[in-house]
Amino acid sequence: MDISQLFYDLFFNYTLRTVALGSAILGMVSGALGSFAVLRKQSLLGDAISHAALPGIVLAFLITRSREPIVLILGALIAGWVATLFMLSIIRTTRIKDDSALGLVLSVFFGFGLMLLTFTQKLPDATQAGLDKFLFGQAATLLQRDVITMGIIGAIALLLLYAFWKEFKLITFDAEFAGSLGFPVRFLDVLLTTLLVIAIVLGLQTVGVVLMSAMIVAPAAAARQWTNHLHKMVWLGGLFGAIAGVSGTLISGSAEKLPTGPVIVLCMSIIVFFSMLIAPNRGLIWNWFRTQRNRKLLRIQAVLADLHTLALQHPNEERGHPIATLRSMNAHPEFVSLILNQLKEQGLVQELSKNAWALTQAGLTEAENTFKKEA
Amino acid sequence: MSLAQLEIQIIASLVAVACSLVGVFLILRRMAMMSDAISHTVLLGIVLAFFVTKSITSPLLLIGAALMGVLTVSLVELLNRTQLVREDTSIGLVFPALFSIAVILISRFAGDVHIDNDAVLLGELAFAPFNRVKLFGLDFGPEAYYSSGGILILNLLFVILFYKELKLATFDSALAATLGFAPTLIHYALMTLVSLTAVGSFNAVGSILVVAFMVAPPSAAYLLTDKLSRMILYSALIGIFSAISGYWLANILDASIAGSMATMTGASFLTVYLFAPERGLFAQAKRRQNQRIEFALTMLTMHIANHTAAQEAELENEVIHLNEHLKWSPQFAMQIVGIAERMDLIQQKDGLLTLTEHGLKRANQEFNA
Repeated sequence: MDISQLFYDLFFNYTLRTVALGSAILGMVSGALGSFAVLRKQSLLGDAISHAALPGIVLAFLITRSREPIVLILGALIAGWVATLFMLSIIRTTRIKDDSALGLVLSVFFGFGLMLLTFTQKLPDATQAGLDKFLFGQAATLLQRDVITMGIIGAIALLLLYAFWKEFKLITFDAEFAGSLGFPVRFLDVLLTTLLVIAIVLGLQTVGVVLMSAMIVAPAAAARQWTNHLHKMVWLGGLFGAIAGVSGTLISGSAEKLPTGPVIVLCMSIIVFFSMLIAPNRGLIWNWFRTQRNRKLLRIQAVLADLHTLALQHPNEERGHPIATLRSMNAHPEFVSLILNQLKEQGLVQELSKNAWALTQAGLTEAENTFKKEA
Repeated sequence: MSLAQLEIQIIASLVAVACSLVGVFLILRRMAMMSDAISHTVLLGIVLAFFVTKSITSPLLLIGAALMGVLTVSLVELLNRTQLVREDTSIGLVFPALFSIAVILISRFAGDVHIDNDAVLLGELAFAPFNRVKLFGLDFGPEAYYSSGGILILNLLFVILFYKELKLATFDSALAATLGFAPTLIHYALMTLVSLTAVGSFNAVGSILVVAFMVAPPSAAYLLTDKLSRMILYSALIGIFSAISGYWLANILDASIAGSMATMTGASFLTVYLFAPERGLFAQAKRRQNQRIEFALTMLTMHIANHTAAQEAELENEVIHLNEHLKWSPQFAMQIVGIAERMDLIQQKDGLLTLTEHGLKRANQEFNA
């Protein structure tokens, strides 16, 4: 399938358009809210909540016998909340650490959900069909009204995020300070976590329980590399999430047997990978160049310092020093002659006679300035 | 109970104990979520090994899975070392990516083979008794006996042989390194075993049950004891109990066996969490209550002792005045006075409280403390 056809489909093919729109909404909401989760060291909370949502979905169905997305979302929301509270209470009241509490709640709730799901599937009527798509997500089954529901709920979540921006920012970075200023930290905490649960629940139908955690963590982790500002990070997280959602949908739509959820997650992983490599300031490549530059600077300064020391020890200004002396003083003797030539080009060092090196007047000033600052 | 039913329970118990053995150390080393990550990524190892061997029963699958588990751990550590993301974030980045690759590979190339996503999550414990080992026409029991049993023995050997090293590396990794015990080596050996356990078990019980068995019983055991050896023993017992009771729960509800077992590990944990003799919620509440009463009794004796000699004794030492002076509610004051009387700390005459000899001693003890 060629690219132009794909883009044509993106706008005019009902299924592809619906799925792409749904994935974009999901990516945007989870990317924005995930930023807070990652900054609050709750990266894996998303994993636990998405697993814990399963029994809520099945129970909501069992009670209401309805498969309306809004009912199931509500069930998932409640279950996700119960799981979070349970986890926090375990951490607070026992010596069990947060990772164990996460793993515990995740596996037990999910197992419980599976038990309920299989139990429901054996019930005589067949109305439960399709509940199991929440396990792995089936983006292709998204309907327009699912997307509309997602859009409305996502918009409410983002609006709340906007409305409580200042408060959320404060409790994310300094909850104690927020408390001392009189903000209702507990309530805000609950609200922010609820928004996170909403974002997770939105995505279950598209990417499924197992991969939803990636949609929380990955866009935020990628966005974090590019900026130190919260609002930029949230925008970028939403943007990356949406890009991954749409491109994942397109790629999986371009070939047979490419499940949408995993492809979206892979697209997201690729974005993370490149962000970590090339993001300015923090990125690995950037970092490598900076390290190299610093190393070089230090090596040059070392030679300059040695010449300076020698000049001080030998007040006879006209005297030069052989490379061998400088080499013996240097931690990296192999670079000394190279550096001397570089310094000579910069006019900081002169070769008085053959193999007799000394600082120029400019070099002396430079050395005095540099090393005086440090002393 | 039919033979197949018995066999299922034995297999599940073997898995439960094998998981407990490594799970205890995962919990103590704060790496519980690594079991979640590994139990997902071993799928990729299995798929890749399957492409090489073209056989679903080849032992190479086990090796592929174990390697993938170790690779997962290494990738997480590599990400950590860049210091661009925190540890929990790196786990959350690595395993969904690897798992996605596995799911894509399966649905694209191995659609007609015996690996599918549901089987990975749920396991096929109900079918385990049908794969049997037959030699010379004799039935040597289900295959899973040997795979799960083998992994159990491997884990057991590892824990017994390296008990001292594991213990030291877990509780004081710096000291272990100083003494030359190579905690890194122990760490990777443990992770290899976690991967082996995950893959060996999830054929039978599914990946989510592996996580449940690795985390829930050891966490429960952690609330019951301070001794490592007991913790291992208790978590194995809790694991076996959850496996067997979970099986019967599934039987009654006609539901997923793995799901029911995971539910039972949760129920076991909840029971321990509430009722553990020292660290349970009820024990904690009771202890706090006792401390409150003890403190109140001391306050009461000191208060009375303070005012016995003075003129205002009649005013101060009446039960109704306690709520004013000690800020006690009337009910609480009555309760404490009642207890104090029963313990022979005070006596009451015409509503006036006086200390007994015993009570005076207690007050003086506190004054001098």
